[in-house]
Amino acid sequence: MAYAEKARSHYSNELTLIKEAGLFKEERYIKSPQMAKIKVEFPAGAPSKEVLNFCANNYLGLSSHPEVVEAAHKGLDSHGYGMSSVRFICGTQDIHRELEAKLSEFLETEDTVLFPSCMEANAGLFEVSLDKDDAMISDRLVHASIVDGMRLSKAQLYNYKHLNMDHLEEKLQETQSCRLRMIITDGVFSMDGDIAPLEKICDLADKYDAMVTVDDSHSTGFLGKHGKGTHEHCGVLGRIDAITTTLGKALGGAAGGCISGRKEIVELCRQRARPYLFSNTVPPVVIAASIKVIELISKSTDRRNKLEENTKYFREKMTQAGLDIRPGVHPIVPVMLYNAKLAQNVARDLYEEGIYAVGFFFPVVPQGQARIRIQISADHEREHLDKAVAAFTKVGGKYNILGKKKDEVIALYGM
Amino acid sequence: MAVHERVREFYNKELIELQYADLFKEERFIHSPQGADISVEYPPNSDLRNVINFCANNYLGLSSHPEVIAAAKNALEERGFGLASVRFICGTQDWHKELERKISDFLGMEDAILYSSCFDANGGVFEALLTEEDALISDELNHASIIDGIRLCKAERHRYKHADMRDLEHHLKETQNKRFRMIVTDGVFSMDGDVAKLDEICNLAEEHDAILMVDDSHATGFVGKTGRGTHEHHDVMGRVDIITTTFGKALGGAAGGCIVGNKVFINILRQRSRPYLFSNTLSPVVVGATIKAIDLLKDSTALRDKLEQNAVYFRKKIREAGFEIKDGFHPIVPIMLHDAGLVQAMARELYAEGIYVVGFFYPVVPRGTARIRVQISAAHEKHHIDTAIDAFVKVGKKLGVLK
Amino acid sequence: MTEDAKKLIIEYVKKEYLDEDSDQVVTEDTKLISSGIVDSFSMVSLKMFLEKKFKIKIPDEKATPEAFDSVNDIVTLLREFTPL
Repeated sequence: MAYAEKARSHYSNELTLIKEAGLFKEERYIKSPQMAKIKVEFPAGAPSKEVLNFCANNYLGLSSHPEVVEAAHKGLDSHGYGMSSVRFICGTQDIHRELEAKLSEFLETEDTVLFPSCMEANAGLFEVSLDKDDAMISDRLVHASIVDGMRLSKAQLYNYKHLNMDHLEEKLQETQSCRLRMIITDGVFSMDGDIAPLEKICDLADKYDAMVTVDDSHSTGFLGKHGKGTHEHCGVLGRIDAITTTLGKALGGAAGGCISGRKEIVELCRQRARPYLFSNTVPPVVIAASIKVIELISKSTDRRNKLEENTKYFREKMTQAGLDIRPGVHPIVPVMLYNAKLAQNVARDLYEEGIYAVGFFFPVVPQGQARIRIQISADHEREHLDKAVAAFTKVGGKYNILGKKKDEVIALYGM
Repeated sequence: MAVHERVREFYNKELIELQYADLFKEERFIHSPQGADISVEYPPNSDLRNVINFCANNYLGLSSHPEVIAAAKNALEERGFGLASVRFICGTQDWHKELERKISDFLGMEDAILYSSCFDANGGVFEALLTEEDALISDELNHASIIDGIRLCKAERHRYKHADMRDLEHHLKETQNKRFRMIVTDGVFSMDGDVAKLDEICNLAEEHDAILMVDDSHATGFVGKTGRGTHEHHDVMGRVDIITTTFGKALGGAAGGCIVGNKVFINILRQRSRPYLFSNTLSPVVVGATIKAIDLLKDSTALRDKLEQNAVYFRKKIREAGFEIKDGFHPIVPIMLHDAGLVQAMARELYAEGIYVVGFFYPVVPRGTARIRVQISAAHEKHHIDTAIDAFVKVGKKLGVLK
Repeated sequence: MTEDAKKLIIEYVKKEYLDEDSDQVVTEDTKLISSGIVDSFSMVSLKMFLEKKFKIKIPDEKATPEAFDSVNDIVTLLREFTPL
């Protein structure tokens, strides 16, 4: 084998370093469908344990919804399992067109093109729509897949401080000489659940003659009165030039993403986006289920309303219990612990209590901002939320952090 | 002028340029499952037509295989539709681990890691393993996704002439002072259906102490006596360090890809590979169906044997009819017409005869090498192939390709 | 000259990467990348700034997180391309 001992020992050593830094990621084996209550084997080999899941992007509880599963069955019967092709060879079915039309209608955009994932949508958009005479001006905390997409584009890269409109304006002034400019932001940022000020961003875009792209993966389906996303929430429907989003979170959670927006941009992506041209079409089973999802959420806002109520209830109860949560309205609820070790310990103890939540710390979030990230779902019932609050109260008591302010927690545990 | 009009005008101009250059891609809407016989709406809003499909990567006919569909349905019931999570948060089911074991066993490697596509696998492999201290040495005709993956990696980039072992050796010598070198090649090249000389490449890799990675997307499941892939075909199983491949072609064709190889590589990728960390886990439906596809292939070589026979038969018949084809044995059969206009006319006429094939021309293939690419499947019966041959002969005569 | 360059870079880092109300102190040895003040993605804009300011071109293989990790590291890197 050509693979030299040198390489083996090098990579083994890297793995040891990752472990020593406390950054080693371990996977937990789930033995049930995704829903509020799941069966988990952890650590590997341990007997399965039933826990409440508070870390999925299953915001609307559609991942294992009976009607969605039923639609997937029907799709398998009518349109088969795989297409073994890219879109423009022989990978486009009538239902692909139908889903694209439904998405455009739901998001109130001109046109939509599907990708195997939102990661690939982001990988394709910027290279296709911008060239070296153009500028990309992005929020500094946009999702990794946007960063990778921008890295693949020849356009000049600028970024502004997170949500800082003055800094964005400075960058817009700095780039006046560029041919086309695109402001790029997440609709909702996944670590804090904070929402981009799209109205101000659109105003600045208009003032400086720039386009706006929003990755709305953490909002499509539930943010805004009808769940259309951040652009509905901020009252800027029709003012966003390109929305990238995913079918892999609230909208069923299996796979798939899209670019939705101005029809010329969408068409150019069909013609030129490398992930679209060189990667498989989204399989019929996912398409059929996703059409059902869009129908469900277009017909009724019950699920997003329940999610909103759940979120409000949970945020209130947690605050009353004395936990330090980032204020906001989003079902992503960051419970701040500041210290990485503390976040890991709290997550472990919560798991013992039957609550599955994940701790995040540097380098995923800035140094000294370690937290547990809770994600609320419409699948959660009151009793699930109460159980989680009770578990947080118990574990928070154990570590003596209830009712403590940031400085007091840091005084106890360090940054 | 407001930005939106300016932007509209700008992008519209680009679209019109594509149309002028005959590069505008049109989609055809298929109203049936994927298979040998499909029902197509083309152009948009016209009546449906039944045509025989010769352009899918559905090599083994598993895309709509009843057992694969049954497995997908079973997965829906047992493990649900979506997981709405990445692998390391709450997107790993016991079945994902089972698929990783099954695919690494099937390919004769130590371990495997799943991706949402082979495109993502190729996008994540290089950056996670190599840095500016290393060098990548890549065949010039490698697939676009490899090229994109390499663009995201800081290692020094070298390209060797397609399948040219002397040029590869030259680059290996040139990069001797680098920490690690990685040779990267497609197992089978998708435009010509030609197979990388893995035996010679392995010898060179060993002689020069380089890591070898093969993208076997157009081989996994059917190339080699038992369908393990290019490494089986060239009798170098155990000598390739990393294989990336797809479940989106022969193995059911829905979605998903993977990287298989030595455990330590796979472990690093799990910790660092960006598409793995930041993209959704594979849907349980795909995982369940792919496990079934691999089981089917492990139990019997019937499907790959039929594919092999079909490919031999088609190649023989089309050559006897007087067409120029590229030599080989692969179910990708490039029928060389050399002229872009002729290729487009041929594809159009064949479609009118009920044969769905795709033409490729510059810039997808080099100037002067325009061709029709036929892809044979185990889903084809002899009568499908005979119908295609007849149509090729008829259209070939009409267009003056055949005397 | 070197001191001027250091001051210039410190000012830029403060203005460009820290929030107005931040109490973070930036000196010539403050870790920029490994501490997270400048993430590896924002490094691109820092590199662009340096190239413009000092009229140089820093090749990608030299622009490593290590080479950008403090103002002192950056100045060492700059000296390869321009007399400071």
